[in-house]
Amino acid sequence: MGSMPNVREMIQLNISKNKNTSDKIMPKFLFVTASISILTTVGIILTLVIDAAKFFSSVPLAEVFSTNLSPLGANPSFGILPLINGTIFTTLIAMLVAIPFGLSSAIYLSQFASESKRKILKPMMEVLAGIPTIVYGFFAYSFVTPLLMKIIPSLEAKNVISPGIVMGIMIIPLVASLSEDAMNAVPESMKEGALGLGSTRLEVAFKVVIPAAISGIMASFVLGISRAIGETMIVAIASGSSKAFTFDITRSMQTMTAYIVEFTSGDAGSGTVGYYSLYAVGLLLFLFTLIMNLLAQYISKKYREEY
Amino acid sequence: MNLDVQIKNTAPLKNNLTLKTNPDNKGFEINMKKMKHRIALDKVSKFIFSLSTLVSLVVLGILIYRISVQSIGWLDMDFLTSNLSIFPEKAGIKGAILGTLYLMSIVIPVVCILGVSTAIYLEEYANKGKIQSFIKVNISNLASVPSVIFGLLGLAVFGRIFSLGSSILAGGLTMSLLVLPVVVVASQEALRAVPGYLREASYAMGASKWTTTWKVVLPVAVPGILTGVILSVSRAIGETAPLVVLGVPTLIMKLPTSIMDDFTAMPIQIYYWTLDTVLTKEYANLAAATIVVLLLVLFIMNFTAILIRNKFQRKF
Repeated sequence: MGSMPNVREMIQLNISKNKNTSDKIMPKFLFVTASISILTTVGIILTLVIDAAKFFSSVPLAEVFSTNLSPLGANPSFGILPLINGTIFTTLIAMLVAIPFGLSSAIYLSQFASESKRKILKPMMEVLAGIPTIVYGFFAYSFVTPLLMKIIPSLEAKNVISPGIVMGIMIIPLVASLSEDAMNAVPESMKEGALGLGSTRLEVAFKVVIPAAISGIMASFVLGISRAIGETMIVAIASGSSKAFTFDITRSMQTMTAYIVEFTSGDAGSGTVGYYSLYAVGLLLFLFTLIMNLLAQYISKKYREEY
Repeated sequence: MNLDVQIKNTAPLKNNLTLKTNPDNKGFEINMKKMKHRIALDKVSKFIFSLSTLVSLVVLGILIYRISVQSIGWLDMDFLTSNLSIFPEKAGIKGAILGTLYLMSIVIPVVCILGVSTAIYLEEYANKGKIQSFIKVNISNLASVPSVIFGLLGLAVFGRIFSLGSSILAGGLTMSLLVLPVVVVASQEALRAVPGYLREASYAMGASKWTTTWKVVLPVAVPGILTGVILSVSRAIGETAPLVVLGVPTLIMKLPTSIMDDFTAMPIQIYYWTLDTVLTKEYANLAAATIVVLLLVLFIMNFTAILIRNKFQRKF
């Protein structure tokens, strides 16, 4: 009679048998798929830098930092300042809407609202965050702009105010939910202590909760700005494609994102300076949003109060 | 009022305060005034905060109402089943719906395979160390890169280097990279929620690591993963900018028949119709009707995701 393997040997055999097949291949396969996210980042940086380098080698820096932008003109000029100007104005208007409304929504939801109201309000705000930006763009152009024209008669059909406001409304849920998370992270004992000393809820909110949660709240503002800088379809539709360098918000301005969208859907032949200018603008946009995101991470780490 | 009486009746406290603060016996009245003032301020501010919370929801209501009204009379079966046309009365979005479906036929498998296996690697296999945290930081940064940049990446890599042009394959791959972080993060959370004792029990039965992951951990995590996949796909359906940058054309009369064909999708159609309202007013109604279809699809998908999360998620 051959020797029967005992239980331990059987388990050993089983484990090694399994190891031979999928257990050797799968970890490698998983590692390869996980590194695709890194490849994506590398790909983004490489494509942006390589093509932007071609742009900067053929356009003098003095022209890049001028206010004259006419990529399709007979004598093309690639000044980037009008685009940066447009981006700053739309972002500014958006944050003027998003910060007060987002913060007060967060205060209401975390300090005043009853549990049942919160359960209704929060999912509804999430719906707002899930609507595609193209829908907001249509809304800004076909509803908000005509509405604003009744108040400001000199408003042009494409302007900066309307997409700015709509973009702000789009960002409210982001600011609100991140700020609310920060406020909820403040220990209940601190709020109860202040309430026990006779503070009203408002005083608790402004003297205890907000100071304690300030790092998270500031980070939510910065992430909101980053979102506004990168937002594309709302401004591409509602703020138009005027390349003039102006400070008049009732007129059309072009943002960096809108420039990319307009120029690719136009006729940017591959290999032309105009085509490479897309990547130069893209690189700048990437850097702006990256700086904002890193800043948000830095703020929430550096000024976080541990309890 | 109640408060008023209560305080006046507590004589010792009153005496104490008046002695200390104001010999004219007025000190306490001033404090009461301040108290009422504070309570009133609290009430007023609660009202203001609740109003400003409602503002965004009111806008949401106006948006849905306006767009629905604009689409009335335009959204019918003919609109869904007819081809594009330059005449607004005849135009339909069959091609756009088909294009979106084709696009999803790329995005869903790619995102499932890449997203879930990245999450498995990060949660189950990677050593807690530099590589893992590097990949994690990388993914969270990718999630906040503007979508238009992904369009530029797709244009350069898929469009030019792989010469896929603006085909469904190029669009689908670009879109997959864009929404990948959503799936990875959701799957990671789902895997993390699987309790350790299930894994230990499986190891104790002699199962190998991969067998444990594949047969024990994944099945438990599937509802969470599925929720993440649905949310990411619904983002991909509504995303416009990467496709526009990729050069996805409008006014395609031919319906796509393979993934190498050019295509148009619902958001692209909305974009061009909105831009062209200057020329033809009725295009606004067509855009609104397409938006209603798009929002309905997204609503159904999100609702399904919530249902799955509530129904199948096991609590341990």
